[in-house]
Amino acid sequence: MRNVDCRQAQQLLHGYLDGELDLVHSVEMEQHLQNCGACKSAYEQQQTLRRVIGGGSLYYRAPADLRKRVRSELRRVNPPKLALNPRLRSIMSLATAAMLLVTVTWAVDRNWRGDATEAVVDQVVASHVRSLLVDHVADVASSDRHQVKPWFSGKLDYSPEVNDFAPQGFPLIGGRLDYVNHRPVAAMVYGRRKHVINLFCWPTTGQHSAALQPLQRQGYQLFHWTKSGLEFWAMSDLNAAELQQFAKLVQAAGTESSAN
Amino acid sequence: MHLPKGSKTRLYEKQRASFEEAVLPHLDAAYNLARWLTRNEADADDVVQEALLRAFRFYESFHGLNCRAWLLTIVRNTCCTWLQANRAGEPTITFDEELHSTETQSTSPDAALLANADREMLQQAMEELPQEFREVIVLRELEGVTYKEIAEIAGIPMGTVMSRLARARGRLQQCLARRLGKDA
Repeated sequence: MRNVDCRQAQQLLHGYLDGELDLVHSVEMEQHLQNCGACKSAYEQQQTLRRVIGGGSLYYRAPADLRKRVRSELRRVNPPKLALNPRLRSIMSLATAAMLLVTVTWAVDRNWRGDATEAVVDQVVASHVRSLLVDHVADVASSDRHQVKPWFSGKLDYSPEVNDFAPQGFPLIGGRLDYVNHRPVAAMVYGRRKHVINLFCWPTTGQHSAALQPLQRQGYQLFHWTKSGLEFWAMSDLNAAELQQFAKLVQAAGTESSAN
Repeated sequence: MHLPKGSKTRLYEKQRASFEEAVLPHLDAAYNLARWLTRNEADADDVVQEALLRAFRFYESFHGLNCRAWLLTIVRNTCCTWLQANRAGEPTITFDEELHSTETQSTSPDAALLANADREMLQQAMEELPQEFREVIVLRELEGVTYKEIAEIAGIPMGTVMSRLARARGRLQQCLARRLGKDA
């Protein structure tokens, strides 16, 4: 083991004092202090200084109410976030907000439209059922489309297309005024053997055409489509295939008449 | 991920309870450091509150075992920010370590004499220390923090910790010797 001189001892003194030296240096210091009065005296002074500073009189304890205040503050603030850097966090919150907006918009739109459509279906079904219950399918009972069509004018703010499909097995029975989707609507009544078909139509807000869409409610068949700014609902207790055949006839007739 | 409101609240409560359990036992250490760095009790109060809320915000990022060192690092940084904002006008003494390296040897008071220093004298000697010396003394002598932890908290290399402590102690010794000499 080598000897530590006074210069080295001075450098190692504080590490020795704080118990931060490795074992070898620690032993070397111990030996040097035993043999060197000056260094030993310096060491003792430092020990005394440590004792007076660390004696406890200089320690400031947290006031009792600080602990209380910290506790209540912690209950007041927002919960901790993940420790992201602020830039990334702001980007992320923007992205979250955007996603939320899209989701809400989509959900509201879907919900609103879905509910609206569902409400209309209910009204159409109710209207059809009512017409059969009170045995009042037609306000104007006529197989003559030239009688039925003028009957609607003056009662509606639009003029529905009225066709007779007797040659195809769907004779016109008559016309009826009904109230669906917060407005008076035209209901054209057709027959198929013993079955009654109600064909509702009213102007729609959009100009787009929607393809034939089959629905089933309470054992009834429904077909819905839009064409040339009009919304169509065909409803019957007829089987789906025959009602679809009827719906296609109506669609085709509309094309012919608008072509005329 | 959407948690039900109730379970989210419970999660926060759990987190807060865990934070309080881990961190609040070190409130005295936090306050003591803040008091010595700001040299004022009311300011220490403010800084500690701010530091603890900051610590709570970043609690999730704390995965270490040494909660006291983690908290003291936050307290120290909060203090530094606070001092810059509120005491920027004060002259900061940058201590030339080379220039004063022989100080310890120039006048060496008697160990017995040092023991006579009263609280007021110690307090003044401590407050006269430049901040970078005061903080290592507080951490080492009042908190009993190791060199490694001091390096972490003060953001300095391990080697600097010992030399800073040596200089700081030398300054304290000088200051006390002067005062004790006057009294005598």
